[in-house]
Amino acid sequence: MAAPSLEAPRSTPYRRSTSRRSNYEMYSWLFMRLSGAVLVVLVIGHLFVNLMVGDGISGLDFGFVAGKWASPFWQVWDLAMLWLAMIHGSNGVRTIINDYAQRDMTRIVLKTLVLVALVFTVVLGTLVIFTFEPCPVGPDGAFLEGVPSFCTS
Amino acid sequence: MSSTDSEAVEAAADRNDEQVDGDGRPHGRAGESASADGGQLGAIPRFDVTLRIRRYSAEDAEDGKPAEARWQEFTVTVNGTDRVLDALHKIKWEQDGSLTFRRSCAHGVCGSDAMRINGVNRLACKVLVKDVNPDKPITVEPIKGLPVEKDLVVDMEPFFQSYREVMPFLITSGHEPTRERKQSQEERARFDDTTKCILCAACTSSCPVFWTDGQYFGPAAIVNAHRFIFDSRDEGADVRLEVLNDREGVWRCRTTFNCSEACPRGIQVTKAIHEVKRALLTRSV
Repeated sequence: MAAPSLEAPRSTPYRRSTSRRSNYEMYSWLFMRLSGAVLVVLVIGHLFVNLMVGDGISGLDFGFVAGKWASPFWQVWDLAMLWLAMIHGSNGVRTIINDYAQRDMTRIVLKTLVLVALVFTVVLGTLVIFTFEPCPVGPDGAFLEGVPSFCTS
Repeated sequence: MSSTDSEAVEAAADRNDEQVDGDGRPHGRAGESASADGGQLGAIPRFDVTLRIRRYSAEDAEDGKPAEARWQEFTVTVNGTDRVLDALHKIKWEQDGSLTFRRSCAHGVCGSDAMRINGVNRLACKVLVKDVNPDKPITVEPIKGLPVEKDLVVDMEPFFQSYREVMPFLITSGHEPTRERKQSQEERARFDDTTKCILCAACTSSCPVFWTDGQYFGPAAIVNAHRFIFDSRDEGADVRLEVLNDREGVWRCRTTFNCSEACPRGIQVTKAIHEVKRALLTRSV
């Protein structure tokens, strides 16, 4: 009789993968708690300022964002929100991958994808926040075509 | 029977419309069937119940194809005071002797007969049939996340492996005292809850993290580590905390509370896991 296959949830039944003595998982867990608490403040503050203060959602346009990023306060606010949200979210997806992806190769591929997306978004976003120029000027000193009206007025 | 119980029975006798069970609580179902059958007061009501049991036997394999689990229904007549384990016994003894399950003490102490009853992990010997809606078929499955060996019997070895790895025994240094190792009531109270564990695996096999990642130590191992980590007489807390700081240790817990809900001994499992997490964060017990 052929050996029947049992419903086994684990690939190596009685052997845990060799323990790596590190506090990585602990700091990861702690980071999730702390960044989560900070993000609640950051995100709700962001939504409140963008959607409710002043003209509310109808006042939200390119000029509004340009005005916000002219202030270092909002630059830091948005930078913190970007970094914390991206790392918090990516770490969450990482734990889900660890939970549900069974094969080592699947885990490696999925986690690499998450890491690439994380680095790409964080680098791009950071670059935009710090190099943002609402009224770009050409080599001749004049505003480029298509700049918003508040630059010229 | 206590005096309040006898009063309750007398009160029920006066009204003649309600039965009272051993706890002194009225239960409608018993009353209905007793009066319907015209049975005398105090008689234990009997009713039919269908059990839908998940069967698996490696011997069912045919032509090289692996055996598959299947559902099988049995209908038995049980007493109102019967437990799910009694119904299983009735099936095994009277209908199908091949039905396989574990049980030892049959009184909720040995922890042998944890199974998934109507989707939740329970000890079959602690659940009354009347309490799990006998109007519908009661589903009985083996606990999840451990390899099924036959019917309701699973391979507990991975579970005990995790248990062994947290070193569930007293670790001390120096000379053994000539008298007992003393402990105050407060010191004892810190780990009192986790001493109740009977290693039935109801908590570990109710944990969704364990279902998908069998490498996770699981609630039961952490509970038993907690029992020694917070014991003032024990000196091995650091070693155990280091074991549970593993990638597959306490940080895998998602606090879904399935384990606390499943524990037949009422241990606050999630709370115990959290106390271990806090001890790891502060590196102090």
